[in-house]
Amino acid sequence: MTDQTQERIAGLVNGADVLLFMKGSPLFPQCGFSSRAIAILQHLNVEFDSVDVLQDQEVRQGIKAYSDWPTIPQLYVKGEFVGGSDIMMEMYESGELAQLFADQGVTPA
Amino acid sequence: MPMAAADIEALIVAGIPDARVEITDLAGDGDHYAARVVSASFAGQPRIKQHQAVYAALGDRMGGVLHALQLTTAVE
Repeated sequence: MTDQTQERIAGLVNGADVLLFMKGSPLFPQCGFSSRAIAILQHLNVEFDSVDVLQDQEVRQGIKAYSDWPTIPQLYVKGEFVGGSDIMMEMYESGELAQLFADQGVTPA
Repeated sequence: MPMAAADIEALIVAGIPDARVEITDLAGDGDHYAARVVSASFAGQPRIKQHQAVYAALGDRMGGVLHALQLTTAVE
């Protein structure tokens, strides 16, 4: 990954309280895992931004190195990597994700 | 190229020797799997680290041939 890509990703991650790197858009997710991630965020009623990695090959590859995580979607909260859709689902079911958003003072949607 | 469930299990166990692995073929197409991995080595590790240990065992297949692996981890 080039330094420039790294910097761009850092800018995106730090530029939103809740950021989801996904395939497609919240209205038209392009894979089941991204769709599941969006459903969880909408259920928890938080304001979030998203980045469609299908529109940007540099970010699509770069984000995997940035997070040391091989798959999309990827959720960041306040600049910290939380996990992919499986972790989001586990944390949603256990109440940990709602707690994390509450602890971080994330804005409701 | 899809992977056989037995191959996925073998890779995970090679990387995490005490792992108990259950693989479910979600769509019956050899391409969409769920894996549940239970290991004592996960103790005290956050979920991200547990998943990363499994991903490390699968190497560059994860996100490549295995783009659709649904993963659950638990401590023994």
